[in-house]
Amino acid sequence: MLVIHCPYCGPRPELEFRHCGQAHIARPLDPSAQTADEWGEYLYLRENPKGMHAERWRHMHGCGRFFNALRDTTTDFFVTTYKCGEPRPAVSGTAPAGGQR
Amino acid sequence: MSEWFAKSAAQAALTDVPEGRRWVLRGGDAALAAAGAAFGASLPAQAGGVARVAGTPRAALWLGPDEIWLGTSMDDGAALEAALQTGLAAHAHSLVDISHRNVALELSGTHAAWLLNSLCPLELTLEAFPVDTVTRTLFSKAEIVLWRTGEHSFQIVLGRSFRGYVSGLLAEVSRELAAA
Amino acid sequence: MSQNTCRTAAGGRIDRSRLVNFTFDGKAFTGHVGDTLASALLANGVHLVGRSFKYHRPRGLLAAGVEEPNALVAVVRDTARRTPNLRATQVELYEGLVAESQNRWPSLQFDVGAVNDLLSPLFPAGFYYKTFMWPRKAWHQVFEPVVREAAGLGKPPTEPDPDTYAQRFAHCDVLVVGAGPAGIAAALAASAKGASVLLCDEQPEFGGSLLDEPNAQVNDHPAAEWLKASLATLRGRANVTLLSRTTCFGYFAHNMLSLNERLTEHQATPMTGVPRERLWQVRAKEVVLATGAIERPLVFPGNDRPGVMLASAARTFLNRYGVKVGSRVVLVAGCDAAYLAAFELRAAGVKIERIADIRPAPGEAVHAAALSAGIAVSTGVTVLGTFGWLRVTGITLAHLADDGSVQDRETLDCDAVLMSGGYTPTVHLFSQSRGKLRFDEAQQVFVPGNSVERERSAGACCGTDGLRATLEEGSQAGTSAAEAAGKAGSAEGYHVQLLEGSMVGTPGVLPQPGNIPPSKAFVDFQNDVTSKDLALAMREGFESVEHIKRYTTNGMATDQGKTSNMNSLGFVSAEKGVALPKAGLTTFRMPYTPITFGIFAGYDRGDLFDPVRPTPTHAWAVANGAVFEDVGLWKRSRYFPRAGENMHAAVDRECLAVRNSVGLFDASTLGKIEVVGPDAATFLNRLYVNNFNTLAEGKCRYGILTREDGFVYDDGVIARLAEDRFHVTTTTGGAPRVLHMMEDYLQTEWPDLQVWLTSTTEQWSVIAVQGPKAREVIAPLVNGLDVSNAALPHMSMVRGMLGDIPMLLMRVSFTGELGYEINVPAGHGQRAWEMVWAAGLAYGMTPYGTETMHVLRAEKGYVIVGQETDGTVTPDDAGLGWAVAKSKPDFVGKRSLARPALVAKGRKQLVGLLTAEPKTVLEEGAQIAAVPEQPVPMKLIGHVTSSYHSAVLGRSIALALVADGRALMGQTVYIPMPGGAIAAQVVAPVFYDTEGAKLHV
Ligand SMILES: [Zn+2]
Repeated sequence: MLVIHCPYCGPRPELEFRHCGQAHIARPLDPSAQTADEWGEYLYLRENPKGMHAERWRHMHGCGRFFNALRDTTTDFFVTTYKCGEPRPAVSGTAPAGGQR
Repeated sequence: MSEWFAKSAAQAALTDVPEGRRWVLRGGDAALAAAGAAFGASLPAQAGGVARVAGTPRAALWLGPDEIWLGTSMDDGAALEAALQTGLAAHAHSLVDISHRNVALELSGTHAAWLLNSLCPLELTLEAFPVDTVTRTLFSKAEIVLWRTGEHSFQIVLGRSFRGYVSGLLAEVSRELAAA
Repeated sequence: MSQNTCRTAAGGRIDRSRLVNFTFDGKAFTGHVGDTLASALLANGVHLVGRSFKYHRPRGLLAAGVEEPNALVAVVRDTARRTPNLRATQVELYEGLVAESQNRWPSLQFDVGAVNDLLSPLFPAGFYYKTFMWPRKAWHQVFEPVVREAAGLGKPPTEPDPDTYAQRFAHCDVLVVGAGPAGIAAALAASAKGASVLLCDEQPEFGGSLLDEPNAQVNDHPAAEWLKASLATLRGRANVTLLSRTTCFGYFAHNMLSLNERLTEHQATPMTGVPRERLWQVRAKEVVLATGAIERPLVFPGNDRPGVMLASAARTFLNRYGVKVGSRVVLVAGCDAAYLAAFELRAAGVKIERIADIRPAPGEAVHAAALSAGIAVSTGVTVLGTFGWLRVTGITLAHLADDGSVQDRETLDCDAVLMSGGYTPTVHLFSQSRGKLRFDEAQQVFVPGNSVERERSAGACCGTDGLRATLEEGSQAGTSAAEAAGKAGSAEGYHVQLLEGSMVGTPGVLPQPGNIPPSKAFVDFQNDVTSKDLALAMREGFESVEHIKRYTTNGMATDQGKTSNMNSLGFVSAEKGVALPKAGLTTFRMPYTPITFGIFAGYDRGDLFDPVRPTPTHAWAVANGAVFEDVGLWKRSRYFPRAGENMHAAVDRECLAVRNSVGLFDASTLGKIEVVGPDAATFLNRLYVNNFNTLAEGKCRYGILTREDGFVYDDGVIARLAEDRFHVTTTTGGAPRVLHMMEDYLQTEWPDLQVWLTSTTEQWSVIAVQGPKAREVIAPLVNGLDVSNAALPHMSMVRGMLGDIPMLLMRVSFTGELGYEINVPAGHGQRAWEMVWAAGLAYGMTPYGTETMHVLRAEKGYVIVGQETDGTVTPDDAGLGWAVAKSKPDFVGKRSLARPALVAKGRKQLVGLLTAEPKTVLEEGAQIAAVPEQPVPMKLIGHVTSSYHSAVLGRSIALALVADGRALMGQTVYIPMPGGAIAAQVVAPVFYDTEGAKLHV
């Protein structure tokens, strides 16, 4: 069970959290202007990277807030978490030993 | 009234907290500030913070950055509700009465934290979870709001239909205390 | 009664003043308090304790600890308390203990399965994959049942487990795993300055290898005294938690380690009220692994005969339990440490027939000590075989010349053979933590390399040799762990007096004449894998050790390669002609030792398995004979049978009561969300398919929520309480996920909206009063509130008082009848219900449950999300296209509803079905075909979603999703069933009061 840093509450047990898919996929401002392909991509196409991945999480059984996280899929460890609306932090390399604690 | 005992009530006891009034206040910073003035104390701004109004039964609990629970006694309820409505009139906000949504249990005794840690994953030492810290978390499969009211006492606020489940689990865990 | 003939006159840590009676395979024995089952059996001269897995060869004790692969026993307290697969070396003796050997029939001494040993050519590596390939049928009918009966490790109990199991989360600064010298030194150092320390050990007694060291002096005191004092110090520290009989079996991310504490297993009469075992989930800031090392067997023909055991085991049995494992002993040594066994046994009066060292040059100190003790030592020898069946009786030693020819062959009589191939550091937990192992050339073992978690290893588990180095390394590890956890530590120096031998040996298989792998030289005792099996697997093309492991089963299952891993790697690398680390390494899986299922279930059993959520009127429903059903976690009244009624009769009666008079229903479980803020209407408009700008205060609207993919996600009535306040209801099961979805859009897509959400599901108790007499029932209760059709028409709401209880009164109907839903604060729910009930008696009011609710709404064609919909149904598919506000520029799902696939012909549409035979009630979920007689696979055009007997119509009704169903009105379709196809006519999905007149009275 991971320790996840809620940007609002600090480090908390994974049990309190819920994973909510890939981050930084904004809903198109005018969906009706989307072609079928564009809309299909927004709906269904997601990355499955080996390495750093930006994800949405929610502190479901805590403060209730959604937030974003960078997680290294090769180690499972979080590198950083940040509030919704903030840009994806520039982080290179892999998660440090033990991950974000 | 105590529902069950361990070896003694000093070790652990579970009691129902008397009915009171409780609201969920959600809104922006301006609304929370205005609500604090009406409430009688600045509302907690730190994660897990609790603000009390000295000499009154009023307590404000931080549950999220835009979610504060306001509680008081039945007697003070109407006065507080009126004050909040007046104080908040100029600010966009949501104030919802949840007095009946939840029930609260008081778990007290030297083994209170020990009992909770059977099925709650949080660290509950005084250093990690000091008196007047509050948070939503899990107790086994039930979501609870856990408020440390003293070194050896906690208020467990939970959805009213979960009362039997949570008190049943605590009773089950406490059997070991009674036997030891 | 047997005698403890193999017990020493004195010594050991057992309590010789207290006798303990026990039975093994029905035979009575005695031991002492402090014995294990293994030591007590050996004290009675019993070496034969099991039969091997595949060949059913007689097996004795190989080891004295957790690594024991052979002596798997079942301990039986009663029919429900039968624990299989326990290692006899870990079963603490208690008065009346009943133990049984496993994997034998009819008896240990005569096992029919041992014919497998003669047939062993039929059971080579991979025999599972080969033997039973053909004919296919034979696998199910012959091979599998036979193999299942003959193989397997023990039998589970057949009755439910009556014991209780506990669980616990814990946090500490430093978790120390293993309470041998390194672990104790680490705990002492780490806890000295206040860091919270948890020290666990699988054994009942702390001390680890120190318990086997009678002659060591630590800091000028006998080791036993140092141990006693150190444990007293630790016990005296409030910041230290000591857990004995506690196995750390799993190492998970972020320093979460799982511990299995056994609380009552050792008690003759388990204490009542105390859980049998406890699962600890420990989150440690820092971890010290002090898990020690396990001695390796030597691999030679006949190395599995009862009486052939590890040298360290003989030391443990002697020093800890006062048991001599034989009277004439041959020691086959592959490292210096093994010699201590010979010295100590000799001092206890055991004749050492020979020390046969497989190395050409033993360490000088132990060699000299052996010679001065008058023990004959041969060097550079190999073992050609052993004799005996149920107990070893002799051993053949020889030298092998460079050309592989045999020289100096000699056979020695003996009743025990001790062997030692050196020690393997126990790196299971380190490996589970995903730390990288490093191969130590000098010691020929894998040791912890780079850490991934915040942990460090100390002592023998990282290849450290010698007691002083172990203690000091432990002390330093404890200090550094405390410091890394932000506290201080206190490292100490130690001095030690002890004759020690190095634990370094060489993994692999002893050379044999002609370099042919011997057939009965066991590498993995538990899984019956020989060096010949490994060779065969390699010949058949299995290169990777992971593949060899699976093909041969080497190192699998409960054993996890504790004694076999390094020898198999040594053999494989030698066969391949590569350096050992190049052979690769298999994964150490958790659990480190077998774990009782009970601790994973913990408190989750019986009534506490899941939360049981009663509604506010639960007590009334119980008192009035409700039959309940689980809806999610809720307990809902399903129907209220009267004497003699079955469900069918009760539901018919309840339905008719609602249709003809009035019924009472608890709808409290509906999800409720209060949506509040200046932008509340805008928010709902963006989310729901309906238009909420046009919903006036005091009015209700049936809302449909689709996901972004256009499929129906939830539905419910939404009431506008005020300009900026909506009372949104959801399905019973959908409440959490709708709130989650709403929060998602609010927080992440539209954070600019000034609107906030609060769950009020449990705030309100909802009492549905439904039926033509509903108004007459409630009118006298509402303090003069005008509830007439004019003042409160269908789909409107008003605040008021029900007696003295504040209420939110909604004129809504899920039955098609005149209906009200009275929302009162949940704490008043039952009282409000009783008020309505009392008022309704004059009208014959009938309580009804979910089953009746389902029938009534189906008669009206009202869909239930999750029953008529399945995540692939659009509003239009469900016949709800009228609700979609097409004029809105956008709402969640709108763009998808225009996708070609969602508007194409052939979509399944909601229709009604009337069976040709009116008494026939279709099966829900049954498939629908256009043509009755078709070859399989049939072309299917839809399925039945709801199906009931309708009392008011006097016939069956069904709802179904059928391809282009609305174009098939009046046509006949067929529902193929085992008894033949059932014909049904496609009709509109509203069966009763099609014009809706009864709603608006
Ligand atoms: Zn949080």
